[in-house]
Amino acid sequence: MASKVDVAHIAQLARLQLTAAEADLFEKQLGAVLKYVEKLTEVNVEGVEPAAHAVPIFNVFREDKPFNWFSAAQALSNAPQQANNLFIVTKVVE
Amino acid sequence: MTQRDLPALSIVELQGLFRRREVSPVEALQALEDQINASNGRIGAYLVRDVAVAAAEAEKADVSLPLGGIPIAIKDLINVKGQQCSCASKILRGYRAPYSATAIERLRAQGAIPFGRMNMDEFAMGSSTENSGVQITRNPWDLSRVPGGSSGGSAAAVAADIALGALGTDTGGSIRQPAAFCGIVGFKPSYGRVSRFGLVAFASSLDQIGPLTKTVHDCALLMNAIAGHDSHDSTSLDVPVPDYTKHLGGDVKGVRIGLAKEYLIEGIDPTVRHAVLAAVKQLESLGAEIIELSLPHTEYAISVYYILATAEASANLARFDGVRYGQRTENVTSLFDHYARTRAEGFGPEVKRRIILGTYVLSSGYYEAYYLRAQKVRELIRRDFAEAFKQVDALVSPTSPGLAFKLGEKATDPLQMYLADIFTNAANLAGICGISIPCGFAEIEGGKKLPIGLQLLGKSLGEARILQLAHAYEQSTDWHKMRPALSPITA
Repeated sequence: MASKVDVAHIAQLARLQLTAAEADLFEKQLGAVLKYVEKLTEVNVEGVEPAAHAVPIFNVFREDKPFNWFSAAQALSNAPQQANNLFIVTKVVE
Repeated sequence: MTQRDLPALSIVELQGLFRRREVSPVEALQALEDQINASNGRIGAYLVRDVAVAAAEAEKADVSLPLGGIPIAIKDLINVKGQQCSCASKILRGYRAPYSATAIERLRAQGAIPFGRMNMDEFAMGSSTENSGVQITRNPWDLSRVPGGSSGGSAAAVAADIALGALGTDTGGSIRQPAAFCGIVGFKPSYGRVSRFGLVAFASSLDQIGPLTKTVHDCALLMNAIAGHDSHDSTSLDVPVPDYTKHLGGDVKGVRIGLAKEYLIEGIDPTVRHAVLAAVKQLESLGAEIIELSLPHTEYAISVYYILATAEASANLARFDGVRYGQRTENVTSLFDHYARTRAEGFGPEVKRRIILGTYVLSSGYYEAYYLRAQKVRELIRRDFAEAFKQVDALVSPTSPGLAFKLGEKATDPLQMYLADIFTNAANLAGICGISIPCGFAEIEGGKKLPIGLQLLGKSLGEARILQLAHAYEQSTDWHKMRPALSPITA
């Protein structure tokens, strides 16, 4: 386990711009949290299956039937920018 | 009984008045609105509410239904069609829900009226409601203190008699801890008992919707409404729902209650310890058998919780990118810039901190050391409880190691804030159910009193037994009848 987080790199991965002050503060605070969680290394987890959920439910299927859900207008009702029944997005290709 | 006393009633009491035609749902709603206008300025529990919409529902209310005409306050991350759902975040400012959560549909099917959007820690990340991107909420017992969190608005409103009952959500204690701090009943159902469809996800393997109420009976009524299988949520359990109210009032003689030594550690406020041990004696005097036992992995629960919850949150919150809904930044230079600045402007500090931590523990090179190991320890915690519930019907503990703290007291130290969830996190990791009920008061400065919460944990889908036990304790004490001295209306 590492005790220092490369906050600038992680922020890139998280698509989150941080100010220098935020990055500094988070590095200190998360360093303290990571130091605290180091105690997990004491636990013998050999042969233990990881639990993704507390309740084991797998492969839940429903019937593949069409049903009425959002209209285009409803789906667009909270869009920051829209035109012609479509979301306007930031340009992704030059 | 005057109009202005109505909001102080329990749901069961108000329902009685409706059925005897002594009061109409329209009159009750008006009385509630008057009380909110008188008190909410000091408490800050409600973010917004739409009286006209609720009044139209009250006009048509069928009081023969189990919750007919009863207004229920809703934490601002559960979708109610046509209403705001901001998660107390700037990034969802102006968002209006295009559909209703299943829990809301079910409340409505039983006649309830969703009324009011309640303040919370932004995206339910916090234990004090101080992380709200909109406003702070104050504890009705002492306005200089926090109501707990993240369902702080829901809890404070019920405690201050400006809500009959409320829905909140509990990912690591966010219903039980504010219920304890505000002196009311708060219930976290077993994972899968209540549909999460229409709940804005924080940590999908831990989140549950649950009630905050004045009494255990009211809690059982709301559980009757919201529990049950939903094909829209693949983690919801397809198991019949009992009538929880039918389980109240039975004998608790011979019920086995476990007292885990790991839950009575150093660092618990002495008044909390005293009140909880007195409650254990009280349960014993009602005929319960107290059994001392051990939950050996308890001390690892917070570490596991903050790794798994932040990891899941970092993935869930990726959807807030300013494309399909929510706030979007301006003058972008690239798609990356669009995402990074939209999210920088929209999220508050705690949400950013948790996204960074969650992204880190999932990132290449650290995944196995943190995320995978935490999932394995989660399994060990789950087994601890499974073993314990072979010996006992319920576990008893404090809900929180301390009393409601001062606004600002822990705001600058995230780790201290996280440690406040020490007794509640494990239940979410194990998927079991748990309730917090009032079990006493601590005297503080200025002759004020602060409530203390007792936590009872039950096995997965063991809601009926926990509600029965909580009800038996409640009915043998007067704690639930206490109200904060905040005089709601100056006559």
